[in-house]
Amino acid sequence: MADDKKFAGFICTGCGIGDRLDAKQLEMTATRDGKMQTCHTHEMLCSKEGIELIRNEIDNEGATHIMIAACSRRAKVEAFNFTDVAMTRANLREGVIWARPDTDENQETTQEMADDYIRMACAEVKFMTKPTPSGEQGLNKNILVVGGGVTGMTAALEAAAAGFDCHIVEKEGELGGWAAKWHKRIPYRAAPEGTSNSRTAHLPGPIDNDVADLIAQVEANDRITVHLNSKVTKTSGAPGRFSADITTESGSTTTENFGAIIQASGWKAFDIDSLPEYGHGNPDVVTNIELEALAREAGDGPIKRPSDGKEVKSVAFVQNAGQASEKEGYLPYHSGIGDLVAIKQAFYFKEQNGDDCDTVILFDNLRTPGAAGEDFYRAGQQRMITFTKGEVKEVTSGGNGATVKFKDRILDEDVDLDVDLVVLDTGMVPNSGPDPYAVTVALEKLPLEERDAAKEEIEKQVAEQAVSIESILNLDYRQGTDLPHLVNGFTDSHFICFPYETRRTGIYAAGPVRRPMDIKQAQDDATGAAMKAIQEAINASQGRAAHPRSGDLSYPSFRREGCTQCKRCTVECPFGAIDEDEERYPKYNEARCRRCGTCMGACPVRVISFENYSIDTVGQQIKNVDIPDEFEEKPRILVLACENDAYPALDQAAMSGQEISPWARVIPVRCLGSVSLSWITDSMNNGFDGIIMMGCQRGEDYQCHFVRGSTMAAERMRKVGDTLSTLNLEPERVIVHEVAITDIERAPRLIKDMEEVIERVGLSPFKF
Amino acid sequence: MSDMNTAMVEKYRSNFLKEVEANVEEGQWVKMCMQCGVCSGSCPLGPYWAHPPQEIFMMIRAGKREEVLSSDSMWMCTSCYNCIVRCPRELPITHIMHGLATYAKKLGLVPKNQPTAQFSQIFWDNMMKKGRVNELKLGLSLYFKDGFGQGIKNALANQKLGMNMMKAKRMSAAEFFGGHGVKDVAGLQKMIKKAEEIEAAKLEANK
Repeated sequence: MADDKKFAGFICTGCGIGDRLDAKQLEMTATRDGKMQTCHTHEMLCSKEGIELIRNEIDNEGATHIMIAACSRRAKVEAFNFTDVAMTRANLREGVIWARPDTDENQETTQEMADDYIRMACAEVKFMTKPTPSGEQGLNKNILVVGGGVTGMTAALEAAAAGFDCHIVEKEGELGGWAAKWHKRIPYRAAPEGTSNSRTAHLPGPIDNDVADLIAQVEANDRITVHLNSKVTKTSGAPGRFSADITTESGSTTTENFGAIIQASGWKAFDIDSLPEYGHGNPDVVTNIELEALAREAGDGPIKRPSDGKEVKSVAFVQNAGQASEKEGYLPYHSGIGDLVAIKQAFYFKEQNGDDCDTVILFDNLRTPGAAGEDFYRAGQQRMITFTKGEVKEVTSGGNGATVKFKDRILDEDVDLDVDLVVLDTGMVPNSGPDPYAVTVALEKLPLEERDAAKEEIEKQVAEQAVSIESILNLDYRQGTDLPHLVNGFTDSHFICFPYETRRTGIYAAGPVRRPMDIKQAQDDATGAAMKAIQEAINASQGRAAHPRSGDLSYPSFRREGCTQCKRCTVECPFGAIDEDEERYPKYNEARCRRCGTCMGACPVRVISFENYSIDTVGQQIKNVDIPDEFEEKPRILVLACENDAYPALDQAAMSGQEISPWARVIPVRCLGSVSLSWITDSMNNGFDGIIMMGCQRGEDYQCHFVRGSTMAAERMRKVGDTLSTLNLEPERVIVHEVAITDIERAPRLIKDMEEVIERVGLSPFKF
Repeated sequence: MSDMNTAMVEKYRSNFLKEVEANVEEGQWVKMCMQCGVCSGSCPLGPYWAHPPQEIFMMIRAGKREEVLSSDSMWMCTSCYNCIVRCPRELPITHIMHGLATYAKKLGLVPKNQPTAQFSQIFWDNMMKKGRVNELKLGLSLYFKDGFGQGIKNALANQKLGMNMMKAKRMSAAEFFGGHGVKDVAGLQKMIKKAEEIEAAKLEANK
């Protein structure tokens, strides 16, 4: 093997590196300690000539492994893009010269830092191999869309327009979902720019429902196949090679292969009958969904109330009915669009029952999201819809039809309002399948010591609830049948940073199953999900990772003879990527993998590795840091920094002129979840004085790019204290911090704090 | 209760907002208030109002006719225009307050002895005589509105101010006899009378 590997080092002296550091010394370190067979120094490695130098070494001199010592691995990514070799980078600019003051007394420690980073990079690259895709799957230009409502239809049309085939699976007998049943639509275009603020300005009102056009477009599209009265009864495989069984009501099943899946299973109405205070038993108290049917029935004529067919002359809209409350049996969240719906429906009365029909909207916090939102609200005000900030206590029968008892929040008084009809703003409940992590999530809310005792009870509860929840996808994954939930039963996907992206690679959630939304938002959402699905089908065919390690070709493999079948990797993978094969060994499903390395960190026998990231690539970096003996009084602090947040925070700290401790040696890790306990024990044994792990925020408001990575790491590191005491070391030598990308002042300070800890407890006794 | 008031109650029975829209200057803006409360928060006299503007607007929508029209609140407005400048919906709040006050006066609903209302009447009467405000007479009628004894007290209390105004030629003792005015007083009075007739006719038509 050694014969066909050729190691080449490249040292850049640009950006002041050459002025601050002894380049000759660095070159010597790379060749003597780092065992690079050749080493070039260039004054600007990222320039055309510099790149040509590297290219020539690869193409004509047979370099297979290259070490580039220049700026941070986060800088000049496009220039240093050599996919045909194994490559690593030593961070001399942000990591060393920018992080240290340019003074004579600091010269020695700064040079030591740089030499260490070169040793580390050289050691790392020796244990790397060039990542090559597995070829497990080819290009499958077929997308499965589950749900035939506005979201599903839009997603299918968008994917079809991009040249992909689509299958829509709809459980009902017709396309269109809820939206097809609406009388009119909420407007989504604001008044033209320059429209005045005047009370007579022309503002957008409700618009015609155009869902029928959408259905017609879907039906006319050759690329789209529609399965009505059907469900997905089994889904297996991975992006690029999904296989789904589509079963009709009559029981016939067809099996199709797909490149990616979009789950647009929509929402159902909150059951308002469970809350008797809203008086829904009275026929003249209707939900906003029921009102749509009444309005449609009326055509363009006046809306009549259900009890006696009388034309409605006064109507009250009770907003937030059963929503946004911590009270037992209420929805804990607000469905967001209910106020827009109320304004739209109040317009029905003004237009169909006449301007003298009294319409009162009893709101709590009036929310009118969307481009047209504020204009639509003003349009309602122009039309003399009365908006009253009121807290509704009860809806009773009596008076003309119903009485709303509420407290007027502006005038601070209790009011009984008699009206012909009451409309309740009921919440939207997501149509999600059962949450594979329901038990884990419930347990993590409890204190550590109570978890074991509560486990059985929680498992029982979850199992009971799961009976009533129908699976949407019926995945045959090791970790559950459906997409994990994020919060309140909504299907997972990061609201802000990575919408659509779920914890099941290649399956994208869109529409109200993700969060409550209206037609326009759902259509935007569907378009985004369709683009994501197409991207993933293509990525999978090339063996490239999806977000956040987009394009990464490496994927995990394991040494079969070493595996003890402990199943930790299959259980802890945050993406449910790992199944078990017939012999109960882990099966990695490359295309489902997000390359975080949580499996690697979980493996107690350390048999899992990536081509370019393994126990050895980091372990060897740790071993190759030069540890001065204790009389030199130069401590060494190992910083394992998450490459997504903590590492860039440190880079930025250096850019903004913050000092970073000269004792720190920072190693970027893909995620704290990938950190192996063996790295901790190795570094302690090697004489490191302190270890800092910097990961992302965990828990309910997690910031971890791999969702559960930093939680898993925190869990594992709880036990690290025991390991330290067996080594007779103080537990404060190892610490885990949550560091955000914005913590550019805090991150260097955390290292400084460790310096102080070491000063207090003394240097490690393990320096040889 | 004036006849006009009875007629208006009869006509708008349940919809005070519509009554305000039809009869109050700038009243068509009231429906556009979004209850943010910036006006109430901006009013330098806000703490002294029984109902700050935001509340008045809500009361109008809630049909609290008597409470609004017989309220002292809109008479408290000093026309500083803070609310107008700050209203995010650009409501002419100051004007609406004056409009409401005027409407209340036309209906005879002004609270008894409301000082601003009294002053406004004195100012108007003073100005209508010559087409210009006679500072001296205005001051005197204001001092003596509550009787002779109180008038002397008021005058003595403001003696220094009065002297200073004289010195600065802002007020002249000669004004007591006739005083200055516009060229065509009769013409002006005729014009105002016509305007009042038009307004009254409008109100009558809305009855």
